[in-house]
Amino acid sequence: MRAEMSSTSPSTASATSIASGRSPLAHHFDDLEQQFEASTLGMWVFLITEVMFFGGLFASYALYRALYPEGFAVASRHLDYRLGALNTAVLICSSLTMALAVRSAQLGRSRALRLFLALTMALGLVFLGVKVIEYSHKIHEHLVPGPSFRFEGPQARAAQLFFSFYFAMTGLHALHMVVGIGVLAVLWILAWRGRFSPQYYTPVEVAGLYWHFVDVVWIYLFPLLYLISRT
Amino acid sequence: MWENFPLLPKRASTFAPGVDALYGFLVGMSLFFIALIFILITVFAIKYRRRSAEEVPPPVRGSLLLEIIWIVVPLGLVLAIFGWGAALYFKMYGRAPAEALEVYVVGKQWMWHIQHPTGQREINELHIPAGRPIKLTMTTEDVIHSFYIPDFRVKKDVVPGRYTSVWFEATRPGRYRLFCAEYCGTKHSEMTGWVIVMEPVEYQNWLSSGGGGRVESLAQAGERLFQQLACDACHREDEGGLGPPLRGLFGRPVMLADGRTVVADEAYLRESILNPDAKIVAGFPSPSSMPTYQGQITEEQLLQLVAYLKSLGEGGGQR
Amino acid sequence: MSAPMVESPRAWRVNYLNVSYGIRSWLFTTDHKRIALLYLVSVTLFFFLGGFFAVLIRLELMTPPGDLVQSETYNRLFTMHGVIMIFFFLIPAIPAVLGNFLVPLMIGARDLAFPRLNLLSWYIYTLGGAFTLAAAIFGGVDTGWTFYTPYSSTYSNSNVMLTAVGIFITGFSSILTGLNFLVTIHKMRAPGMTWFRLPLFIWAHYATSIIMILGTPVVAIAILLVGLERLFHIGIFDPKLGGDPLLFQHLFWFYSHPAVYIMILPAMGVINELITCFSRRRIFGYSFIAFSSIAIATLGFLVWGHHMFTSGQSVYAGMVFSALTMLVAIPSAVKVFNWTATLYKGSVSYQAPMLYALGFIGLFTIGGLTGIFLATLAVDVHVHDTYFVVAHFHYIMVGGTIMAYLGGLHYWWPKMTGKIYPEGWARFAALVIFVGFNLTFFPQFVLGYLGMPRRYHVYPDEFQVLNVMSSAGASILGVGYLIPMIYFIWSLRYGPMAPENPWGAKGLEWLVPSPPPPHNFDVTPVVTGEPYDYSPESEREHAR
Repeated sequence: MRAEMSSTSPSTASATSIASGRSPLAHHFDDLEQQFEASTLGMWVFLITEVMFFGGLFASYALYRALYPEGFAVASRHLDYRLGALNTAVLICSSLTMALAVRSAQLGRSRALRLFLALTMALGLVFLGVKVIEYSHKIHEHLVPGPSFRFEGPQARAAQLFFSFYFAMTGLHALHMVVGIGVLAVLWILAWRGRFSPQYYTPVEVAGLYWHFVDVVWIYLFPLLYLISRT
Repeated sequence: MWENFPLLPKRASTFAPGVDALYGFLVGMSLFFIALIFILITVFAIKYRRRSAEEVPPPVRGSLLLEIIWIVVPLGLVLAIFGWGAALYFKMYGRAPAEALEVYVVGKQWMWHIQHPTGQREINELHIPAGRPIKLTMTTEDVIHSFYIPDFRVKKDVVPGRYTSVWFEATRPGRYRLFCAEYCGTKHSEMTGWVIVMEPVEYQNWLSSGGGGRVESLAQAGERLFQQLACDACHREDEGGLGPPLRGLFGRPVMLADGRTVVADEAYLRESILNPDAKIVAGFPSPSSMPTYQGQITEEQLLQLVAYLKSLGEGGGQR
Repeated sequence: MSAPMVESPRAWRVNYLNVSYGIRSWLFTTDHKRIALLYLVSVTLFFFLGGFFAVLIRLELMTPPGDLVQSETYNRLFTMHGVIMIFFFLIPAIPAVLGNFLVPLMIGARDLAFPRLNLLSWYIYTLGGAFTLAAAIFGGVDTGWTFYTPYSSTYSNSNVMLTAVGIFITGFSSILTGLNFLVTIHKMRAPGMTWFRLPLFIWAHYATSIIMILGTPVVAIAILLVGLERLFHIGIFDPKLGGDPLLFQHLFWFYSHPAVYIMILPAMGVINELITCFSRRRIFGYSFIAFSSIAIATLGFLVWGHHMFTSGQSVYAGMVFSALTMLVAIPSAVKVFNWTATLYKGSVSYQAPMLYALGFIGLFTIGGLTGIFLATLAVDVHVHDTYFVVAHFHYIMVGGTIMAYLGGLHYWWPKMTGKIYPEGWARFAALVIFVGFNLTFFPQFVLGYLGMPRRYHVYPDEFQVLNVMSSAGASILGVGYLIPMIYFIWSLRYGPMAPENPWGAKGLEWLVPSPPPPHNFDVTPVVTGEPYDYSPESEREHAR
């Protein structure tokens, strides 16, 4: 391989940025643009991993729903589709506020950024609150799979499978929401300290991608779990 | 002389020569390519060895022609091998010949329970006649096992909750090893046994004398169970029972309440006994008034019931 | 092309090893080279632990009855051997050690794109390893590394949960490594380093990263479901509760077959570098080798069902999976033929890394061809779950991956440590390993066709001769692996200082001093030519 050592390298610039410690440019990137592109691509690749992660569950769900279509439908009627719809609306709104937060960061409007981040977190907490209500209903109704599971009628086994998937999928999704809210809280603190600028808002952008992804997963979960009996 | 060649197991089924021929071809092809690569590497490594530290060889570019050759030739080879292997596989795992003798196998940690249609039961031994196709219908009480007779080149996994089947025809009388090939827990390696292939006459003698004494046939045992469990209270001979009549059912299409049609095969009978609500016959109420027999009867009893229902279906009913 | 920073190797110079000292400077490092060494130490520990289990297995199999250990113990031995070797040695070995060290150096970057994520992946790996070690210490696990349900989910009463958690966690380290490589290769290449100027080592790691990213989450979910089933008995894999035990096999092999390519693709990448350097030749058919890696990664996701030919899946599914599996043979054959052609009219020298590389080609050829046996439906019915399979995948993973890993370790050892290992010993060890390996695993092909099932603690007498041969070979192989361990450690203290490019090799990693400075390149290199440019003009330039 032929290579030359270029003298116009930006490494001196990066050396100074290491020394100052506050520069948003990490030492191993040439410039902010490269860093932004790398971070965004990294998040996209991570989201592909997440798709495969949820994909394994969706595939298993599909198999059992094909095996027990009636049992899944009967079990699905035990979910409150109104709470599900409410949560769908809440998450769609939170996607809007997240997009507005990214926009504010791009424009350098720090107060708006903090406002929209807080709103997004609030909506996320509303979603989790509704989820807690739903889960507690299920616990009261003995619909949690395991030894305490009670389900009348011939479809009990299929219903237990349905609720296994219900809890596995919404639980995993809720876990992603919790992580997302934590990330937004960190961003809010960073924004409060004035770390972001129109030149550097990579973390906000990347967190936004993640948040939208978690919303999209719910958009699939809602009909698959709540609406299959209502066609 | 091939019969005693120590690198191959005995060839004791009609499948064995076919599998061995394919295997022989694969070994030959592999030896050819291994020799080719080894010789080329050795020749190049010696002929073009570095003679001085500063030596720089002349540049050689790739060759599109060579690349195409070594893509197309192996491709043709492997596709031919695929076709050959698939044809044999289709024969092994395809439908058993109609005249095949049916034997039922239940795997259980860590033994093989075998039931003959004539009622003989064996553990870890399977007596069969030479020269007649044998069809095994298999299931397991617990984990996955795999029924493997190396000398027959036959293997099939035995999966809980369903019937798998395989057939073969032994060609030579003798004792052949039976292994469990799918890891199934602590004594996996002791879940072994023998397949004893006998001349048809000897086999008849074994059936009538040995085989654990004279016993009722599998279908008879099933019939007894059918009455014990009071199945006949609802599944009556006439149309008036709470459940559908079962005479002549096996192998026929059944109209279901949801409009589908299924063939009443072993899997269907099994499912309907264990989980009566899974497939409701058209004209009968849902949920079914029949209790589930999941956990109430063993896999062996289930096989007896299935054998009884089959005997009703194929016109050989005892009543 | 001569590097402007040639100095006398004796002069003191800041490098990544001496830039800071102390345990904290290692445990909190974000330098990809130091993280590579952390991985080197960890995977070596796991390799010898897994090897220890293998020794006990081979000792037990010297005699037909189960006389050395109980069946419970034997089943735990082969399970722990498999789990440790696959998840904690083979999968991370080449990517996380050699890949971590070399990917940034080879493409002219100062580090991986996400250095802290890289460190995190090592901690995750260590945490997963700790869980698995805990499982081993508290009595082990006896399900086989494949965790087939319903045995693993309902019947086994060993430490399935701890091991499953360990593997689940370690999976994320693999995902993070893949993510880091993918982004780095896309975004961090030096000016002029176009895709077709990338060393083939990088192409191989790119293909590997794709598999890590797409496959690992699926096995994570499969293991998660086994865990849920064990904890709550919800019936997903239990037919008595309406579940399907075969679903697990589909999910498991959807990852674990591509995982085989996680193990072998980076090894192939290493071989490209070794063959070109020690025959001083441009690689034959660069783009064919590059795309064959991508083809293997892609096809790898479509062939999982070939592990289930006897499972009762439909014969038509079996045929599709068989045909697709046959296609994997093509890119593998393309690589072998191109490596062989690279030697033609080259200038071949027999230093230790080259011996490993030539050994790799031979053993991989055997391993690959026997893969065709297993892809052939009717033959697989007979040899499935026998020692034939065991022999086949050891030819790929031990004969392939470990040979390449050792070859690569020798080749880059001077770069990584700044020391030269003893060449004579290294050649000797390479020969011992090659001979020991074949003696160990070749008899197992015969055993398999004769019908000896795998995972058998007790076996019939007629299989003893071949088993004794195999165990005898294993003792040679074991010694073969200990020799490099000893002289590598010896060389750290007593080895001569390594120059910047001891092999006269091409590639950006050879332009920096040995060991490299903390940020790899003091000035960013600008690439102006192809990789493996061992042409006479280039050599004259180099000599200048």
